[in-house]
Order: sequence, then C-alpha cells, then structure tokens
Amino acid sequence: MQSLTQHQGLVAPLDRANVDTDLIIPKQFLKSIKRTGFGPNLFDVLRYLDEGYPGQDVSQRPLNPDFVLNQSRYQGTSILLTRRNFGCGSSREHAPWALEDFGFRVVIAPSFADIFYNNAFKNGILLVPLDEDTVERLFQEVEASEGYRLDVDLEAQTVTTPSGEVLSFDVDGFRKHCLLNGLDDIGLTLQDEEAIREFEQKHRQAHPWLFRDNQREAS
Amino acid sequence: MAGQTLYDKLWSQHLVKERDDGTALIYIDRHLLHEVTSPQAFEGLRLARRKPWRLDANLATPDHNVPTTLKERAAGNAGILDQVSLIQVQTLDDNCEAYGIEEFRINDARQGIVHVVGPEQGATLPGMTVVCGDSHTATHGAFAALAHGIGTSEVEHVLATQCLLAQKMKNLRVRVEGKLGTGITAKDIVLAVIGRIGTAGGTGYAIEFAGSAIRELSMEGRMTICNMAIEAGARVGLVGVDDTTIDYLRERPYAPTAAQWDAAVAAWRDLVSDDDARFDKEVVIDAAEIAPQVTWGTSPEMVAPVFGEVPDPAGIADDSVKGGVIRALEYMGLAPRQKITDIRLDKVFIGSCTNSRIEDLREAAKVAKGNKVAKSIQLAMVVPGSGLVKRQAEAEGLDRIFLEAGFEWREPGCSMCLAMNADKLGAGEHCASTSNRNFEGRQGYGGRTHLVSPAMAAAAAIAGHFVDIRGFSQQPQQPQQPQEA
Repeated sequence: MQSLTQHQGLVAPLDRANVDTDLIIPKQFLKSIKRTGFGPNLFDVLRYLDEGYPGQDVSQRPLNPDFVLNQSRYQGTSILLTRRNFGCGSSREHAPWALEDFGFRVVIAPSFADIFYNNAFKNGILLVPLDEDTVERLFQEVEASEGYRLDVDLEAQTVTTPSGEVLSFDVDGFRKHCLLNGLDDIGLTLQDEEAIREFEQKHRQAHPWLFRDNQREAS
Repeated sequence: MAGQTLYDKLWSQHLVKERDDGTALIYIDRHLLHEVTSPQAFEGLRLARRKPWRLDANLATPDHNVPTTLKERAAGNAGILDQVSLIQVQTLDDNCEAYGIEEFRINDARQGIVHVVGPEQGATLPGMTVVCGDSHTATHGAFAALAHGIGTSEVEHVLATQCLLAQKMKNLRVRVEGKLGTGITAKDIVLAVIGRIGTAGGTGYAIEFAGSAIRELSMEGRMTICNMAIEAGARVGLVGVDDTTIDYLRERPYAPTAAQWDAAVAAWRDLVSDDDARFDKEVVIDAAEIAPQVTWGTSPEMVAPVFGEVPDPAGIADDSVKGGVIRALEYMGLAPRQKITDIRLDKVFIGSCTNSRIEDLREAAKVAKGNKVAKSIQLAMVVPGSGLVKRQAEAEGLDRIFLEAGFEWREPGCSMCLAMNADKLGAGEHCASTSNRNFEGRQGYGGRTHLVSPAMAAAAAIAGHFVDIRGFSQQPQQPQQPQEA
C-alpha cells in the first residue's frame, strides 16, 4: 500500500449527498480480475454521455461538459470534496481502486459509509470527515477561487486552507499508523499468529460444530 | 453490571486480541466467496506466497455473472456469452480448485446466490462470524450470526489469517411491535424502517431487529430484513435465536448432527440479548401502521406507502435534501405529487438475495395464480435464489403458475438485481423489483427501479402499474382491460 503523510492538492467539488458505489464505479466494470485500470471509468455515468462497457477506448466517448471532473479548472485534482454518506451501497473495493487509479488521495465529506471507509484506507486513500458547516464553507471557497488547493497533514490530523485556516479531523490510530507507514495488514496480523492459533484451539473445543472436520470425525 | 446485547456476545466470543487503539482481531468461522470480489484476493495470496489458513471455513459459488436462461445454462460455463464474465467465473473455479476450497459450480443443484445458499445448506449457523465480499452478507444475521460484508483486501486477509481487523460497533435495536396487516411482508417492514431512519441511520451500528412482529416472521422473512440492514447504513443486522431458527436448521447438510446438534442447540439458546442489555439507540415501530411500501427515488430511503404520492420538492426546506429529491425525480421521470399507483411499469423482477427464497416465490405465485401479466409489461421474470429453491418451487407447481400467467421462469443467480449478466433494464424503463437497491443505473443504464415485496411485484405485473395488495383480489382478475386509458 502507498503511504501518505502529507498531501497538497487541487480540490474538486462533487456536490451530491449519498454518492453510492454504483455511481463511483458501475457494475459492468466489476468483471475485471485485476486491481488496476478502473480510473477511466470512475463516475462513468456522470462523466460520459453514453453507456460505458469494459475494454472500451474512453478517448472516443462523448464527455459530459457539466460534470465537474471534465472541467478544465479541475484537471489534475487529487482531493475530492463531497457531501454526507459518501460510498454507501456495496462492498466493492473497485470503488476505492477507481478513485485511486484516477488520482484521488484524499476525500473530504461530512460522513462516509462503513464498508467504504475500511476499503479506502486499505488502498492508501485518506478519508477526512469534517462537519457539515465546514464542508459547506469549503464548497463555497472552492467554487469561488480557481486553483483552490488544500494541504492535508495526516500526522498532525489537519487540513490547511489557502487562507491559512487550520481544520482538525479525526482518524483512528491504527488506520493512521498503517497509512503513514504504508503497512500491509496481513503481515501485521500474522505477527499474532500464535494468538490466533491459541484462540482457534479453544474455540474449537467450545464450539466443535463450527469446524466441519470435527463433524466428519463425529459422524 | 448491565447485561449484554446479542451483538456484544457474538463480538466477545470471537475476540482474539484487542489493541490499545481500539482495533481488534476477530476470528472468522465462515467465509463465503463469489466470482466478483475474490479474484484479486487470490492473486494477492499467490503473490505473497501465502496459503488459506483453514479450508473448511470457506465455501464458494458463482452468482453475480451467471446467465439465467436455460439455454445458456445447459452449456455450463461455456454458455456464458460475455467473455469477460466467463473469465471471472472460470477464475473462481480455477482458484477454488488450486487451493482446495469447496465450490458449488454453475450447474450444481446447490449453486445459487451466495446469501441464499449459505443458510440453505446450514453453512450459516447461530453464533458464527460470517463474512463475504458482498455487502448483503448482513442477511446471515437472521440466524444470530455476526455477519457482514467486506472488501477484497479483507477477503484476502480472511483467507490468509482466518481473522479480520475490526472495530466494535454500537448497538441499535429496532423493535417492530404488534401485528402486521394482511398482505404486509418482511420487505415492507424493512423498507418502512429505512424510510424512518434513512440510508445512513444505521452507520456505525449493528442493528438488532426485535419485537413481536419480528418473532412472528419465518427465517425467510428475517433474512429479507437483515439483508437490507446495509441499506440503512448498518453493516450488521441481527435477530436473536428462537425455535424458528432452530427448526429451520435441523437436518441441513452442513448443520451438526447427533450429540453435537444437542450441544449446539443448548449453546444457541443463549444467543439473544439479555433482558437488561443496554442499546445505544432504539427505534420502535408499530407493525399495524406499516402499509405496502414502494420506492419512488434513487435511494432506498425514498419510499412511500403504495397509496401515497411522490414528494413535492417545493415543500422541502433542507437544500441538500431538496436537491437530491429534484435529481431523483428527474432521473426517475416522475412528477411531484404523482400518485404511486399511477407509475406505469415496463418490467418486473422477482428475485435477488433479498427475495428469492421459497416463501417469496409462494407469495408471488399466490397473486399470479390464474391471472395474466399485463400486455404493457415487456418482461416479467422470476429468478429463484438457488437450484434447490428452484427444485422445491417446481415440486410445488409454482413454475407452472408463473409460466401460465406469462412470467419467465429462470435459472438461479443475482440476475437483474445488479445486471452484471444479460438481464437488465433499458434506459427509461420502470421496473417493479424485489431487489434491494434502486440506485441510478443499478439494474441497467438509465433504468428506473422501484423496490417492493414479491406479492406487490406480482400484482404490479398483472395490473401494469402499482396496486395496493390489500385491495387486490387473490381470485383471478377480470380479463385484461385496456390500461392505456
């Protein structure tokens, strides 16, 4: 996983609540067996005027000029500013894969859906929750000034605006540690291999029916 | 000390290790796999030269991509015309074979939607932790199992370590008390709950569904409710164990037998919230007040009783809510204050992990019996949740009822719930669907989904528009009147 300590980037506003995972990456692109290459189809329905399908040359597709990511002032964006309950719906990790592949490293919103929250951090994307009023104010600032950039500091848990205002945000300690260091969860968990084996042994004794190999022995 | 909630009990029974920072390692008893969210996880295992921790905890079946017509299915994987879909299904087969994971392949009678298959096999048991790379894993909570969806990185993590990194959720209890009206089903309950608390109302919570109306439900009904906990934002939905749970599981292929069954049942009896358990939040709903529900918008919280109407954005004060409603009405092609019963339908879909079990098909068949699908409906399809559900339905003659009424009778799979196979809506088409999500484009590019119960979907197929199931005669309708008036 890519680490993230500090990030400065251009902000793009997606003014919409309850952005669901079907909207982030539609199902026809979930047929890939790879983790990469989803960026061109991020927000596919909003971005293009036609229906997309896997394996297409997207450069030939008609762009929706009204969609924020198609506007010239937001080219090169890496911070998405959006509304509450971002990422609701399915557990598809293709959603953060698409955001990451497009170039987003940070998403700012009043709230995020639970499964998406987990998936994003596992792919090096920092989710920054800020209250509704602050998000509203940031929307106004972004729209008012072209080239609006934010400075995100994960270590300090702050977002700094161009005017120098410093906003603090919450992030849980474990996810922060992993993201700062680009750590692989599985490697970390396997450091506890002995504890897992010990638990498993006791669990098997207390609930033998949860282990099918026990049932075969019993029957 | 206050008693424990069901969720608290399941959590502490699976806690391997708790870190100072609040994250915990929890042990996973059952891991279900399907073709869409597993290939990258297996690839990760291979690259890291890791092996699955415990093979017998895993069970796989292809469901999202499989075709549902008999012609295509007769050819097995070779019948999958979409080459990209075929590769995904084939990859699941190859991975399961390479690692020795049990899989019900495309034409195994036990194949089906993973959330129908697990319970049906008794592979989902009370007191288990159950995970799957699919958000509707919440379904299995109906068995007092701690069940939730995970992403692909977590699929790989579970395969490699038999554990998951997790944080404890808060407890929310939704009590549905009293008696349901005639024709009101589990689907109406859960849509009403989502309408009340919103699509983010359960975020951060495990929801336990309790109360006399929930106790009265069959396991199929309870699964429908837990299945849609995620549509209220909660990863976990739960129902405590009672006789209904235990009776359902007896003699299922994966369920314990003989002395182990007795020991298991004794342990399962404790899988209920203690009387003095404390919940962080509680919502009480009067069952008698629940009417048949129909969604009109592009989020499951955009729901109304069938006799109601589409909202008028002009009357909404909150700007962001108002904007959402305006956008939804535009997408759905509906006018403010339009009556729900005036929504004209093009297609009807009865199926999905929410409503494709035998009880769902029986309810729909009761309505379809002796009736005909309206001429204005282009396609009305019934897709059983598994090969075994299909077999059972055919043994009861339900397939004949559907076919005679003009419905198509298909092979099991996720089908038009998310349209990853060939079953999809065309742009602008309205569909009465027993599935779980009405997001934009969910059932096909530009498609317009209305979520309803199986009986409501069947009645809508016959009438050509939504009708209140409570006023809908179970007797054959009069010969088709032209509805185009």
